[in-house]
Amino acid sequence: MEEDKVTNPVKLVIIGGSAGSLEVVLKVLALITDKPSFALVIVMHRKSGEDSLLEELLAIKTKIKVQAVEDKTEMKPATIYIAPSDYHLLFEKNSTLSLDTSEKVNYSRPSIDVSFESAADVYGSDLVGILLSGANSDGTEGLAAIKAAGGTTIVQDPETAETPYMPKYAIQHLQPDYILDAKGIAAFLNLIDKNSPDKAA
Amino acid sequence: MIDDRELEILINEIFEYHGFDFGGYSRASLKRRVDRLYNLDRFTNFSQFLMKIREQPDYFKRMIEEITVNVTEMFRDPQFYKVLRTEIIPVLATKPFIRIWHAGCSTGEEVYSMAIMLKEANVLHKSLLYATDINPLVLDTAKEGVFPLRMMQQYSENYIASGGKEDFSKYYTANYGLAKLGGELSEKMVYSLHNLVSDGSFNEFDLILCRNVMIYFDKDLQERALNLFDDSLAKLGYLALGTKETLKFSQLKSRYQQINPNKLWKKIK
Ligand SMILES: C[S@@+](CC[C@H](N)C(=O)[O-])C[C@H]1O[C@@H](n2cnc3c(N)ncnc32)[C@H](O)[C@@H]1O
Repeated sequence: MEEDKVTNPVKLVIIGGSAGSLEVVLKVLALITDKPSFALVIVMHRKSGEDSLLEELLAIKTKIKVQAVEDKTEMKPATIYIAPSDYHLLFEKNSTLSLDTSEKVNYSRPSIDVSFESAADVYGSDLVGILLSGANSDGTEGLAAIKAAGGTTIVQDPETAETPYMPKYAIQHLQPDYILDAKGIAAFLNLIDKNSPDKAA
Repeated sequence: MIDDRELEILINEIFEYHGFDFGGYSRASLKRRVDRLYNLDRFTNFSQFLMKIREQPDYFKRMIEEITVNVTEMFRDPQFYKVLRTEIIPVLATKPFIRIWHAGCSTGEEVYSMAIMLKEANVLHKSLLYATDINPLVLDTAKEGVFPLRMMQQYSENYIASGGKEDFSKYYTANYGLAKLGGELSEKMVYSLHNLVSDGSFNEFDLILCRNVMIYFDKDLQERALNLFDDSLAKLGYLALGTKETLKFSQLKSRYQQINPNKLWKKIK
């Protein structure tokens, strides 16, 4: 069983963040390999209509391909997908992304809980969920769902978070697999990449 | 939480007992909606849930109301409405008669927004706005044209951002926390039930709007709906989709020209 978990290739890394998370994301992205073996999805709270701004910013700061998300966009490894504002982002079994305009959750759309729960349902143990800095409690239930489905959970060390409420809240309510700073998160992701079946050989 | 197998059973039973086919809906979102209803109504046993849906027409009606996502706004995405106002309506205005279809109109905010713009362009009198949905409850609200008054501030801002020049408050009368739109605006609206999964084309239109409806469908059902729109669209007519929807994945793509950068396509073949 344990062996299984280690050799299970991570297909998706999903990162959730709110206030103060952008810098952390940029730092992590700058430190990880250009062609990771997994897809990266970023769910970040922000004002509506700022989609292309964030996409462009990330595209400048990382060599990893940044792909704008439209409904039923197909996910590929080594690509970053950013949840558009004003929609919830959901995962289909055929590795496409669906968007949904239903009610806000935790005052948020996109909600981190919604995307984490959906990803957990589809990816189970092939998933890593990372919760960063923020000022609300979004993300904790989602992390719990990822954990329950056998995925790996990481919370940013609140000591290093610009707005520690969100990671603190998570740590108070569940035991994440790792509590790391930006550097630690990047190192962990590089390790997963190195251990992926197609690269380890 | 409902599991994947239970969801498929539910989809089959709904089709068998009520003739509604949710087989082409996006599973990720459908599962969330069904789960939400299951928890909201405090079910603890899936077969009880199933039995109620099978045997109680009222409960099935509630189910349709609750699993469809009806969230909408007036002048949602103001930039989109600005393009309609400045580029599309002037073209439509040259026609003797303007026919518009709002597919998946929900509670009608989109339809009233359109009527306001047509009125301001002095063409509402020669327009007809067909608005359809599968949820009968939202159509009742749309026909009444009564919306929460507290939303009007936001709608007024959207309206101005879309290029509206009038005092938005002249379009409604406020009463007990409600805003009533209507009068002249609703005279040209026709509301009716229509299911994009199973119903066919019923008229020919110059503009079809289907915004944030097909995101709940899988790709195959999206293609079906798009073909239905194609069959219902006059040559050189326009198709409008939601901000994150696209014709890119469709066979029909080559017959449409995108009006950049907004979610409007012109039928060119
Ligand atoms: C999120 S609302 C979109 C409202 C509006 N067009 C907008 O963009 O603001 C989606 C609507 O699609 C309707 N709908 C879902 N499935 C449908 C179907 N098969 N046929 C027709 N309408 C459907 C729902 O009942 C709901 O009112």
